[in-house]
Amino acid sequence: MDVQTALFYVFSAVLLFAAFRVITARNPVHAALYLVLAFFQASGIWMLLRAEFLSISLVLVYVGAVMVLFLFVVMMLDINLDSIRQGFWRHFPLAATVGAVIALELTAVLLGGFRMTEPAPTQAYVVPVAVTETVTVQPGASGAVAQVTETVTADVGHAVLAETSNSLELGVLLYTDYLYPVQIAAIILLVALIAAIALTLRSRKDSKYQNPGEQVRVRARDRVSLVKMDPVKPAAAAEENQA
Amino acid sequence: MTLTLGHYLTLGAILFALSVTGIFLNRKNLIVLLMAIELMLLAVNINFVAFSRFLGDLNGQIFVFFILTVAAAESAIGLAILVQLFRNKSTINVEDLHSLKG
Repeated sequence: MDVQTALFYVFSAVLLFAAFRVITARNPVHAALYLVLAFFQASGIWMLLRAEFLSISLVLVYVGAVMVLFLFVVMMLDINLDSIRQGFWRHFPLAATVGAVIALELTAVLLGGFRMTEPAPTQAYVVPVAVTETVTVQPGASGAVAQVTETVTADVGHAVLAETSNSLELGVLLYTDYLYPVQIAAIILLVALIAAIALTLRSRKDSKYQNPGEQVRVRARDRVSLVKMDPVKPAAAAEENQA
Repeated sequence: MTLTLGHYLTLGAILFALSVTGIFLNRKNLIVLLMAIELMLLAVNINFVAFSRFLGDLNGQIFVFFILTVAAAESAIGLAILVQLFRNKSTINVEDLHSLKG
């Protein structure tokens, strides 16, 4: 058993344990944290599969953005844990049966059917290799030129790089064959952004704001109203005058 | 014993079955339901990356890229709906959400 196999088993064991804890954790915050652990393990497995770009972006996108969002929401909501956990194990026999059937069937098919061991050779880039040689000629005392430097470049063949970077190949593919899908994905993200803001935005009723249009249109008679009143002598003042 | 494609596919299958079990178990907790859906997408992505590696075809990894995009959009909108739901009904119990029954 080589190192890669051992690493695969370690990552898989921790990944499955974390996934199990996600679905059985009592506290949703713990479930979210175990989900972070599961994503880290999956990122390690993708690293074993030499998908470096996706592995890093899984950590960045999921752990960095989506899981933080999950944690925010979980902590903002005031959830009654007891009522949520009520009857949790009632569905367990059915759930365990369905899960076991799915896992066993898929495993029986997949483990026997795909015995490929040798990963297919990845695309190799061929780069020319040149040897540059600098010859310095020192002429004799009669020569007018003090020093002559001659540079000779010889093509000695081509070297094949073992593998190019995964992100380079992905980038080439993304921006040539998949240019329109990338733009559609960008539109999807934009729509999701606008939708998420529009769903959660609410205007406060007690907030104070100015309406410049109304302020410009206002007239003096709208603000100041003159009321005609009959002159009335105050009672207290009248008594003082009499005394 | 070297790693075969079957190992990675089996890992994806077990992870998928675990998330299905989680959806059955957490019938009352909408947040954990969303997390189980994320786990399912992760299992599918593991399958895509494994096939992409063993068949030497990079298009599978491009597909994972788009799945990540859509999953991020989905969880953002899902959580926004969840927050709005909690503001209006003060619960995230799935069984209380029956106003659309008709």
